[in-house]
Order: sequence, then structure tokens, then C-alpha cells
Amino acid sequence: MKMVTAIIKPFKLDDVREALSEIGVSGITATEVKGFGRQKGHTELYRGAEYTVDFLPKVKLEIAVSADQVDGVVEAITKTAKSDDDGKIGDGKIFVSSLEQVVRIRTGETGSVAL
Amino acid sequence: MENTILEMQFAIDTFYFLMMGALVMWMAAGFSMLEAGMVRSKNTAEILTKNIGLFAIACTMYMVYGYELMYGGGVMLDGISGAGDKYSSAADFFFQVVFVATAMSIVSGAVAERMKLFAFFAFAIVFTGIIYPMEGAWTWNGEAVFGLFVLGDLGFSDFAGSGIVHMAGAAAALAGVMVLGARKGKYNKDGTSNAIPGANMPLATLGTFILWMGWFGFNGGSVLAMASKESANAVAMVFLNTNAAAAGGVIAALILVKLLWGKADLTMALNGALAGLVAITAGPDTPTALEATLIGAVGGVLVVFSISMLDKVFKIDDPVGAISVHGVVGLWGLLAVPLTNSGVSFSGQLIGAATIFVWVFGTSLVLWLVLKAIMGIRVSEEEEADGVDITECGLEAYPEFTK
Repeated sequence: MKMVTAIIKPFKLDDVREALSEIGVSGITATEVKGFGRQKGHTELYRGAEYTVDFLPKVKLEIAVSADQVDGVVEAITKTAKSDDDGKIGDGKIFVSSLEQVVRIRTGETGSVAL
Repeated sequence: MENTILEMQFAIDTFYFLMMGALVMWMAAGFSMLEAGMVRSKNTAEILTKNIGLFAIACTMYMVYGYELMYGGGVMLDGISGAGDKYSSAADFFFQVVFVATAMSIVSGAVAERMKLFAFFAFAIVFTGIIYPMEGAWTWNGEAVFGLFVLGDLGFSDFAGSGIVHMAGAAAALAGVMVLGARKGKYNKDGTSNAIPGANMPLATLGTFILWMGWFGFNGGSVLAMASKESANAVAMVFLNTNAAAAGGVIAALILVKLLWGKADLTMALNGALAGLVAITAGPDTPTALEATLIGAVGGVLVVFSISMLDKVFKIDDPVGAISVHGVVGLWGLLAVPLTNSGVSFSGQLIGAATIFVWVFGTSLVLWLVLKAIMGIRVSEEEEADGVDITECGLEAYPEFTK
């Protein structure tokens, strides 16, 4: 089992959710987060004085999947979360890590049946 | 028959006066909302407390002594009866008292987010009881300035108070900000200025529209009559010009900030509206509609440059732009009057403006310094960081938003 953590642009959330549903992903956790990567922050003017926005709003997705689903999930996110055809700095990142155990609280089932 | 007509005129003028006064009273709501929107959320409840507190203090102090000092209405209004020549003298007091509160409202925004609540109230007591009524007596009541000269004889005219109300409020605010200092975090060690964005733009916009509406009472009521064809025409022209100037101010400010900074800064558009209104207040009766629009537009341009310069060059930290809107543009309003009114002279306007400024700024500076020595006017650094809502009022404006 794998845990896929993806940081994406907020306006791509609907597209990504749709693409993941199509390939059979049954659950997604989405969190509104703030952060920066290579894009860094940017400066704005308020009444003529500058202020810096260091942390930009992003959405963090957490998706627990079986090992054989990982490639499809990563591909679906990569394809749909990309801005334009070539993508842009700030489109986000995907982290894949191994997942030791999953428990469904209602039934107590464990392992991939609990996904 | 003639007597009945005269009584009708009396009733209509009094009624008009009272309704216009009520509109000006509503400007207190406008200032409250504008200031609440332009400060950070942790300082909202305190600025609202300042606004309602200062309004009540202004009404009471003007009743106790201010009206006596300005118009000789008697201490505690004991010279006022229900009667009057053209309108009820009680209506005159009511109309005058809401102007005092307006002048004082201007101060609260400039010193926002860092001043002790009760030091501000102490200032309000003296400002509304003595400082404002003194210059009001020299101008609208035509008394000689310390027995030396009469401003009206020199060709000074300020129809509804660009100088007497607005610039006076700004002068008191400027003195306060100079004694008080900038908000923590406003300026870096190298002297560059940081932006501290306001928390609530919808409130700031609502406040501006309320002020815009209230201004019809402020300027329109200052015609002082309604019950004749002549005065009705004058009132209509004043309404028209007041509205046109505000529109001119918005358009000029919006275009200018778009050209200067590439984006349409809403707060500057709001200040542009108020600048247009302040600019036309000294003479809303004589310009044509186009002239009024242009006078407002110049106000809108001035206010943008003034806010930016006070902030970056002079390091005057004025969170809402009150000193620029009411002071710099108030002066422009006075100087614009001779352009369309041949009975008014530039020199008279300059002497009048200087008299008002020197008196209000000087006395305010002394008063702020005395208050600083006696009780301190600034909250502690920690209290400022926590927000004055909790430290001064013990409550928050939005307890469930921030938790």
C-alpha cells in the first residue's frame, strides 16, 4: 500500500478529483494549505506600500491506494494538475511513500481491504 | 394669511434642518465602518468603541460648553429656547453638534491600532468642548481671532467646512500621530514602509457609501433653508455638485493608481470618493456640475500622492488616510473656492486655513503631549501585538472567525 500526497493549485482540485474518481480511487482527503517551493512568494502593493506574500495557498491531497494503483494515480494527478500544456512553476508536487497499515474504524478490517 | 405662510416657512426650514442633521449624524456610522474595515481584525472592536464614545462625548461637550463658545448659546444650552427667527434654535444646535462629532471622527482613524482608549476620550473632551468651538466661532460665527482680525472681512469663506471641520480634524490627527508614532512593524530599520492591509473591504466600502450619503446632509443642510424657491434651487445645486465631486474623486483616484501601480487599489478609490467630497465642501454652491467634478477629481489625485508621500517620505503612519483625505484635500477645497466664487479671495482662504491649522495643530500638540505625560497615550508593545480589542475592551470583534 502507498500513500500519495499531492500539493496542487486550488483551482485544479475539481479536475483532479474527477480524474481520480474515473480510475477508481475511492477516497481522497483534501486540506487547504499554504506554502512555497521554487515559485517563492510574490509582492503586492497596498496603498502604494509593498507587502510580500511568502506562503501561497495550495491544496494538499492525501490518497491511500494499493501498490498496483499508484502509477495510475500519479499519472492522473500529473496530467490534470498541470497548468496549460507545458505546466508552470507553482503547479505543485507529488510525494509517494509506503503505507504500513490501514484500519477501517467501523469494521476493524485491516490491510488493502480497508482502503 | 401672511403669518400662516411665515409659519409654514419656519416649519419647513426647521424640518429640513433636522433631517439634514440626522443625515450628518449617520456619517458617524460611515466613519465607524470605514475605520473598522481599514484596521486589522484584532483592533476592530476598539475602533468601534472609540467611534461611538467620541460621538457621545462630542454631543455632550458641545451641549455643556462648545455651543456657548462658538455661538453664545449659553452654558448647558440655557440660552436656547424652542424659538428662533427663521428656524427653531434647538434645530440649529442639533445641526451644529453633529459637525463637531464629524471633526472628532477624523482623528480616530489616524491614531488607530495603538492609542489608549481613554487617552483618546480625554482628547475628545477638550477638542469638542474648546478647540473646535474656538475656530468655529472665528469662522462661521464671524468673531475676531483673539480680537485681532475678522476672517470674513479678508474674503474667507468655508461653506460647509472643508477647513473648519475637515482640515481641523486632520490637524488634530496629525499632531496625535506625531506624538504617538507609527504602528509596530510599519517601518523597517532601513526606513522602508510595510503595508498593513485592512481586514474588511466590504465594511470599508459600506462606510464610504454611508459617508457619501451623509454628505448630502453635511453640504445640503449648510444652505440653512429650504422653504423658498431660491433656497430650494440652492439646495438642489449643492446636492448635485456634492455628488459630482465624489464621482470625480473616485474616477481620478482609480485611474491614477492603475497607472502608478498597475492595479486598482480599492482603498484608494474609497479615499478618492471622500477626497472629492471634502474638496467640494468649502464651496458646493457656486461651481457648475463639470467644475464640481473637476474639483473632486483634483482631490482624488491629491489624496493618492499625499497618502503615499506621508507614508514613505514623512513616515506619518495613518492607517485610514485621514490626514490626507481631510487635511491636504481640505486645504485644496478652501483654495478651490475663489475659482468659482468671485466674492472669495485666495489670500483670505490662505489666512483662514493658516489660522485654523495653527490653532488646532498647536493646541492639539500641547494637549497630546500633556496627556502623554499624565497618563500615557500609547498601549504597551505587547498589548499592541495582541490587539487592542482584548487589551482595551476585553472582547474581540470576530471571536469565532479567528479561533
